[in-house]
Amino acid sequence: MTAADAHRAILAVWRIEQPRLITSLARMLRDVPLAEELTQDALVAALERWPATGVPERPGAWLMATAKHRAVDHLRRRRMLERKHEMIAAEMDEEQLTMPGLDGALDDDIGDELLRLIFTACHPLLSSDARAALALRMICGLTTEEIARAFLQPEATIAQRIVRAKRTLSESGLAYETPHGAGLSERLSSVLEVVYLIFNEGYTAACGEDWLRPQLCNEALRMARVLTSIAPQEPEAHGLLALMELNASRTAARIDAAGEPILMLDQNRALWDQFQIRRGVQALERARKLGGAGGFYALQAAIIACHAEAGTAAATDWPRIAGFYAELAAAVRSPIIELNRAVAVSMAEGPAAGLAIVDHLMREPALETYHLLPSVRGDLLHRLGRHQEARTAFEAAAALAGNRREHDMLKRRAAEAAAAMSPIRSAAMAVRKSSDF
Amino acid sequence: MKFMFIVKSAHVGPPPPQLMEAVHKLADREIKAGRMLDNGGLMPLATGAQVRIIDGRLSVLDGPFVEAKEVIGGYAVFELQGKEEALASATEFMQLHKDLFPGWEGTCELRAFAPMGP
Repeated sequence: MTAADAHRAILAVWRIEQPRLITSLARMLRDVPLAEELTQDALVAALERWPATGVPERPGAWLMATAKHRAVDHLRRRRMLERKHEMIAAEMDEEQLTMPGLDGALDDDIGDELLRLIFTACHPLLSSDARAALALRMICGLTTEEIARAFLQPEATIAQRIVRAKRTLSESGLAYETPHGAGLSERLSSVLEVVYLIFNEGYTAACGEDWLRPQLCNEALRMARVLTSIAPQEPEAHGLLALMELNASRTAARIDAAGEPILMLDQNRALWDQFQIRRGVQALERARKLGGAGGFYALQAAIIACHAEAGTAAATDWPRIAGFYAELAAAVRSPIIELNRAVAVSMAEGPAAGLAIVDHLMREPALETYHLLPSVRGDLLHRLGRHQEARTAFEAAAALAGNRREHDMLKRRAAEAAAAMSPIRSAAMAVRKSSDF
Repeated sequence: MKFMFIVKSAHVGPPPPQLMEAVHKLADREIKAGRMLDNGGLMPLATGAQVRIIDGRLSVLDGPFVEAKEVIGGYAVFELQGKEEALASATEFMQLHKDLFPGWEGTCELRAFAPMGP
């Protein structure tokens, strides 16, 4: 085994054991950031020792004993609350003498502590970037270097971000607290937001990039599964898990052999992961059973589920999708959701109904430079046979498009609309099936 | 990366309750950690059957199969970061067998799922 192999093997054990280590230490020290730091010391000790001795038979117990040792040392040094903690420390010393067996270690129920850990890492006081880095480090056991690679950032930037975030938590007295009652769902939304941010960072990664980037999707899925198992009563946690499982189910179908993205309606549905779709649909059902059918994530998941459950693009239940978009638009006022609703309505009721919504959005200042607005408008006009206007809209969209590939595609569509302006072609184009979205 | 763990053994007869309990706890922990996606135990081979193609002809064979050595007893599907994590996980699982089922011999084979798509 090379040194690099040994290093990777140790990190793998570490990833499995780390949540239990941090939560145990946090309970002892009443301080999550400090617990994280001392747990890292245990990892460093393993990285020094194990390449020579080999991975011990019970690596989890070894790491736990080492980490607790550090915690005891720390408590001793600080002499916090004097005698009382001396007694705790003495008890812990004894505990270490009898190293827990493997199955004994499995008895620890760390649910509540893990929830505290996640809530601390994703505290709304921290920037969302800092929350993402802390969560990947403390909950998923990624190293700073791995997080940096996944986010295409220099390692020093991420390291600094983590140090600052931990300092902020400690200085604000937030190192060890769990919100209850009304605070819980408010704080949960801050956690879900970070999990979804991590997922999307991975989902937008291009093919051929460092494998750690797409891996972010799996880390986010893992975190959401953790959340749904330790906070099973929270419908939006299930809703987010559903949304991510359903989106991730299309991973293999999203790009062609040349690495070019394929639009959902044009994808080969045989490549959609049915196993993952089932998990997504099950999570969505749980969200609904908990009364969360109208939640922000659950509604988006419901829309994707309509696509996932359609055997062919033509079989898509557009009226149902348009209904979910209407619910979503009523819950969250967002011009982008409204634009998506326009597309769904045009598929359900025809291009004129969609165009009415889009024309309304033309007055929306937030979408002034958003190329998809004139692009969708051009498509609807084209389907209505209004080719002159369609051409103008596609030209406007091309001028706003940020990337070359999209710019070229919109220019092509403008040319198509121009060519369709002759009366005979325009009649033919008007009845053409619209599957371009 | 998705992995399937396949547990094989020549041993017949039920495992000791302590092992079953420990394996359930481990499975529970792995599900809660978001890593284990699915798992299941299989009924004895004797209750199964095989459909084979031999000499270009289909034939159905009912169990038991005398020639079978190691028999698949169960499987689990995991979503893991990579082979190292799969090895760490399978080692932990097999260590439980070593500790709680003296004399038992067997294999936990781990296989990555082939990627779908282009």
